[in-house]
Amino acid sequence: MRIDSPAALAEYAAALKARKHAPVKLLVSMGTCGIAAGTGEVLKAINDYIAEHKLDGAFDVIEVGCMGLCYAEPVIMLTDDKGKRIIYGDVTPHQIPAIMQAGLEAPATGTHTIDRCWYYPEDESPAEGELQARIVLRNTGRINPEDIDQYVAEGGYSALAKVVTSMKPQEVIDVISASNLRGRGGAGFPTGKKWSFAAAQPEGEKFIICNADEGDPGAFMDRAVLEGDPNAVLEAMAIGGYAIGAHNGVIYIRAEYPLAVKRLENAIAQAEEKGFLGKNIFGSGFDFKLEIKFGAGAFVCGEETALIHSIEGQRGEPTFKPPFPAIQGLWKRPTVVNNVETYACIAAIIRKGADWFKGLGTAGSPGTKVFALAGKISKVGLAEVPMGMTLRQIIYEIGGGIKDGREFKAVQTGGPSGGCITKKNLDLQIDYEALKSIGSMMGSGGMIVMDEDDCMVNIAKFFLDFTADESCGKCTPCRVGNRRMLELLNKITSGEGNMEILEKLKTLSATIKDTALCGLGQTAPNPVLSTLANFEDEYLAHVKDHRCPAGVCANLIQFNVTDKCVGCGLCAKRCPVGAISGEKKMKHVINQAKCIKCGACFGACKFHAIAKI
Amino acid sequence: MSTVNLTINNKPVAVEAGSTILEAAEKLDIKIPTLCHFKMDAFHVEHRCGSCRICVVEVEKRPNLAPACCTPVMEGMVVHTNTLRAINARRAILDLLLSDHPKDCLTCPKSLNCELQKIAEELGVHNLQYSGEQSTYELDESSAAIRRDLDKCIMCRRCENACNNIQTVGVLSGVGRGFNAVVAPAGLKKLADTQCVFCGQCVQACPVGALTEINYKYDVWRALNDKSKTVVFQTAPAVRVAIGEAFGMEPGSISTGKMVTALKMLGADKVFDTNFSADLTIMEEGTELIERIKKNENLPILTSCCPGWVKFLEHQFPELTYMPSTAKSPQQMFGAIAKSYYCEKTGIKPEDLIVVSVMPCLAKKYEAARPEFTRDGVRDVDIVLTTRELAEMFHEAGIQFDKLEDSEYDSPLGEGTGAATIFGTSGGVLEAALRTAADILSGKDVQEIDYTPVRGLEGIKEAEVDVGGIKLKAAICSGLGNARKLLEKIKAGEAKYHAIEIMACPGGCIDGGGQPYHHGNTEIIRKRMEALYQDDLNHPIRKSHQNKSIQKLYEEYLGEPGSHLAHKLLHTSYTARKKF
Repeated sequence: MRIDSPAALAEYAAALKARKHAPVKLLVSMGTCGIAAGTGEVLKAINDYIAEHKLDGAFDVIEVGCMGLCYAEPVIMLTDDKGKRIIYGDVTPHQIPAIMQAGLEAPATGTHTIDRCWYYPEDESPAEGELQARIVLRNTGRINPEDIDQYVAEGGYSALAKVVTSMKPQEVIDVISASNLRGRGGAGFPTGKKWSFAAAQPEGEKFIICNADEGDPGAFMDRAVLEGDPNAVLEAMAIGGYAIGAHNGVIYIRAEYPLAVKRLENAIAQAEEKGFLGKNIFGSGFDFKLEIKFGAGAFVCGEETALIHSIEGQRGEPTFKPPFPAIQGLWKRPTVVNNVETYACIAAIIRKGADWFKGLGTAGSPGTKVFALAGKISKVGLAEVPMGMTLRQIIYEIGGGIKDGREFKAVQTGGPSGGCITKKNLDLQIDYEALKSIGSMMGSGGMIVMDEDDCMVNIAKFFLDFTADESCGKCTPCRVGNRRMLELLNKITSGEGNMEILEKLKTLSATIKDTALCGLGQTAPNPVLSTLANFEDEYLAHVKDHRCPAGVCANLIQFNVTDKCVGCGLCAKRCPVGAISGEKKMKHVINQAKCIKCGACFGACKFHAIAKI
Repeated sequence: MSTVNLTINNKPVAVEAGSTILEAAEKLDIKIPTLCHFKMDAFHVEHRCGSCRICVVEVEKRPNLAPACCTPVMEGMVVHTNTLRAINARRAILDLLLSDHPKDCLTCPKSLNCELQKIAEELGVHNLQYSGEQSTYELDESSAAIRRDLDKCIMCRRCENACNNIQTVGVLSGVGRGFNAVVAPAGLKKLADTQCVFCGQCVQACPVGALTEINYKYDVWRALNDKSKTVVFQTAPAVRVAIGEAFGMEPGSISTGKMVTALKMLGADKVFDTNFSADLTIMEEGTELIERIKKNENLPILTSCCPGWVKFLEHQFPELTYMPSTAKSPQQMFGAIAKSYYCEKTGIKPEDLIVVSVMPCLAKKYEAARPEFTRDGVRDVDIVLTTRELAEMFHEAGIQFDKLEDSEYDSPLGEGTGAATIFGTSGGVLEAALRTAADILSGKDVQEIDYTPVRGLEGIKEAEVDVGGIKLKAAICSGLGNARKLLEKIKAGEAKYHAIEIMACPGGCIDGGGQPYHHGNTEIIRKRMEALYQDDLNHPIRKSHQNKSIQKLYEEYLGEPGSHLAHKLLHTSYTARKKF
């Protein structure tokens, strides 16, 4: 059924809200993370239970996207209209009968329940402990992403209806500019400004592109939005198209996100059917068409000119700017490229206004930011927080601190282009400028937490290995320079380092930053520079003493059996190369010539008799 | 056009808006080294990919360095090209390039013609800071024409620009990524297995030794020293106005006589001229043109002298293979006549006669090796040398080319007309054909024979000329990208011509892939062109059909143009080939 006016949309949404529904909503987290953890079996157990006990009217089972609680998947949530809710984590199929029986009365015994740690600023104020403010993720984990009605019932497409029927394009840009929304993909360029550049170009074909080529290691917020709330992106792109005068949009998404692709395709089809996309949207005369283009997963295609080339069927590599895409982009036409998270903010800003958005976050960086918490953090998952929250709050209060009670060492923000942040900056209120001021960057919002067992030289090598591999190879500093950096780091971690190499590493870093063609190359040395700035002593230990303080770099460590050994023989049994020998009940010995430093003995010994030096 | 004011190294300069820092610096005679940047003014070609970063300069208020070759100037911009920061960065970039480049300059075929070598010398880089793994690839000598040594590729993409944007052949592109990125055919295929037409524009564009010709100098040395063989040379028109450059002579020096002397000094038994067979081509192709016009069928006729263009047609427009003249190219006509007429006349067995061509071209190497140009196991043309290779042989033989006296070509295959000599430049073949067609169609000895609208370096030229009462509509194009444009129009029925001359290389053979390297300086090419038109004027006979040796060839041997024997020896057919 086509909905062709704002009034019809409001009526339709109200009817959806008023639909008869079961007393208990049962949300089942069916994002990629949930499915991988076994939510499929949990869902089947739920459906079986309902069928068996004829409970059709008692539960509305809704498959939703990721709730951000990836560490606890499979996750399900029971809730009702009055705000009562129970969230279960680590759910197994055999817990289902107990959970269903308990309903919303009380948590079932023998289960793991989780307190909700977020609130929805559009509709409510935070309760105690609700540190997260979800705007981008307002529907993710809350509605069925494959049912556009559920999106509409939550106010979906009302922003688009308002824009195309009652606002001039410039007014739309004014609202976005006033909100000071900044690009969530990396550099934080003001979205309103970007739109105004493209809008100022003479009329004619223009394009609006969604960069869904999320590629930072450890970043997965865009996938969560696409899988959990694809319509939010479609609606925003149509709004952007209206604002700049584009009638065609392209979503550039990596083919490695099959579930997101499927849900996007489904959402586009449903939106076209409802008339939210296509010709004469809401009777306004505005036409907007969307198509999906698949990327092959090259990291550099997140750079907008490379992304545009890839869409055009060219080799995905960046070109020199200017001209900027807003002036000359896809098919040499004015083009706006924004990323998923940026788009996911748009409809809310239109609905609630720029001032509301600015009420969250910091003066320079209003709104919220989704962080993907990964690495050595207890609660791996997504956290959407107002800008300006401290790292300590994010890592300790939301993320549950460091895994296994280990000591925090550093957190890498901004992915391989960013830098590491140490203890001394844990209380920094983070926004774009703050992160930049300490040598890191916002990037897409990945946070990889490291603990005392991580070697920072090795971490730098890991990130550089990634960028060197993902370099397109176009410009000399990135193609050759990063390889040479990697070789120098390899020397350091394999014990061949010296002070001269360290100096070379610093000079080469500076040259690459100063001369590389695109953002990928210019920021590639950042992990090296920031670990050097914060952990120079670790580098010095590697190059001067040929020692890896964290005990990670294989060539620089040695395993020895201490006097604690009781001669149980377990280590010898576990050793894959037969390097350990000894009589039963006698102290064992490791043959250093044979040892491959795999650490199997270290992990196996129950008496802490293996020492790593 | 508005102007923009800026200062470079504290010197003010005003340039057109949209200019680059490099262009502004050129105006001030400030040199900024470049490698990937490649400009051919006369052909309106600029490759500005900004990939090598050797041209980085410091711009005040800009956080990082700017590549001068592609950074547009801005009002009030303050540029410094030689601060310590810029110089250090440039040296570091060069150092990095060299860290992944073989240091075999002494034996590299590009030595002394290498732009990387030159920059290393200019920047005075003597102690290299960086070293590490080097890229290695299999040497590609699969074709008869182009040698690819990708270990030397510096990813400047100039060859890719030539292949894809100028020629639209589409064989070369970036392959692989990161450190493993290189310019090559898709899937790292060998060149012989692709739709490459061997025009050699990539070789002209390559600043280093990654792309060069397959060298046949030693085959020639061996033949010259084999007592059982008679070695005859043919020299293409465009060679005579370019070879002097290799000996410090001014571009555009006509050194035909010196070249003949030098070839004799090498030990050539006879030195003949491809101009002879160019005249022969006009006889055959001109006859075909007149016939097609008279019958008003199968028009337009396309020229078939250029093997690069022919192969391009076979791959890209296989449905149009009926269009070109069936006349062989002058090189192959020469070979066919040498191994038949000349052998019969002299009593030399075809297998004992070695025909060596000296060509401005790499595709000629491929053409001579095409199987249809072999009769009874004997190739019509045995060895093809480029202008560059011949110059190298002269150097090797210690010949001081610029100091030589002139000599005359040998008879009978050494006589050529002014019409033949202009085959070496775009428009020349058509002009030569017009000169003959005008005489034949009008039955007069027409005196106005300078068809100036067909001349010049423009990519596509059109001319409507009155030839013996017929309004003949002709087009001339050089550069395969231009050929593609024109053919698409013809296919769509948007353009109608009687005759079209097509040359693969922009400007024609004067800019061939086998000519001395011009490094993008198209003034050199213009001078070569002017020299050919001067050479035309210097010839007493300027119409092909008035070539006495040609007239004698028909009288004694072939009968008349288009005769059965002429067809057997001088015509060929084309093969539809795959696009990819």
